[in-house]
Amino acid sequence: MGVSGDRTVELPGRVLPPGPDQDATLKLVNDEMADRGFVVAKLDKLINWARTGSLWPLTFGLACCGVEFMHMIAARYDIDRLGMVPRASPRQSDVIIVAGTLCNKMAPPFRRVYDQMPEPRYVISMGSCANGGGYYHYSYSVVRGCDRVVPVDVYVPGCPPTAEALLYGIMQLQKKIRRVGTIER
Amino acid sequence: MADVQTLRELGDRIVAALPDQVEEPAVGHGALIISTRPDGILRVLKYLRDDKECALEQLTDICGVDHPGREPRFDVVYHLLSVSRNQRVRVKVGVGEGDLVPSATGLYSAAGWFERETWDLFGIYFSDHPDLRRILTDYGFEGHPLRKDFPLTGFVELRYDDEQKRVVYEPVKLVQEFRRFDFLSPWEGTQYVLPGDEKATKS
Repeated sequence: MGVSGDRTVELPGRVLPPGPDQDATLKLVNDEMADRGFVVAKLDKLINWARTGSLWPLTFGLACCGVEFMHMIAARYDIDRLGMVPRASPRQSDVIIVAGTLCNKMAPPFRRVYDQMPEPRYVISMGSCANGGGYYHYSYSVVRGCDRVVPVDVYVPGCPPTAEALLYGIMQLQKKIRRVGTIER
Repeated sequence: MADVQTLRELGDRIVAALPDQVEEPAVGHGALIISTRPDGILRVLKYLRDDKECALEQLTDICGVDHPGREPRFDVVYHLLSVSRNQRVRVKVGVGEGDLVPSATGLYSAAGWFERETWDLFGIYFSDHPDLRRILTDYGFEGHPLRKDFPLTGFVELRYDDEQKRVVYEPVKLVQEFRRFDFLSPWEGTQYVLPGDEKATKS
């Protein structure tokens, strides 16, 4: 976000880690608020900030990866601190995490759920099975990668990926949104 | 669990009660194993359920076995459990391709889904089943996957077609060469020379 009345301070398009830089920026914003009662920011940056700060995932656990997904939601990794609240409805969610093996029978419902999500929507493919069939690559009943059904933003490798790995994948998605996110839907 | 002697006596009792139906009682894996024919299966199951010594109240599973080249080709295996007597009985029925097996749904209500599963995966028909349709495989699936002549990768694969806005099925086209895995553990000794061991000699 850019701040300050006459001059707009250009800030790097990334999250500032805690430290002197972040303190200085926060002080700048606080002073501006105390002085004038408002701050000026670039709208697209603000929107991207809001989007990355409230990525609501759809609970879509298909197999054992779903357990690792639950670990990430639970107290230890606690994605609430990233503003992520697991939703039970696709109409309320921004990101769908395909956590597990996508079977042929599940593919049409999965596509339907994806179609029901409002734009902008993102897809994280979690684990070997969702990435490319994985262990079940040659099976008669498994889709060889969920990217055959929906466009995927981030692939998280692993069998299953650890909760940290998935968290890292989510951070990569946030980085992607910050980089390419637009106001257009 | 009932000991071997009890199960043997139980087997003799069943053979004595149904001499023309039941053949070759044996004991294995902690259960009594008996064989019968498709036309006698309902009589045998009814006896096993209602007899006081057997008291097999619960149908644990129905499954199929494919023996390619054998006549009859399939086995249908009924797994029965007696909760009150803590004993298990396995009933095997040899079934040829296209033969009908009488449905056990009238005796055990649990049989409904088990028979659907057996039909889905092996293509064994059950007569008088109230709702014999696929249970596990995809809607519109063709073939019976657990038959030995069913190819591992099946016949069709699936993708989303953006123009038709729906999921479409296409013949299987593998982008990656089929890999053959041996399931021998290197720790327990393999039948071949491990990579890197070519020059090693026995000392």
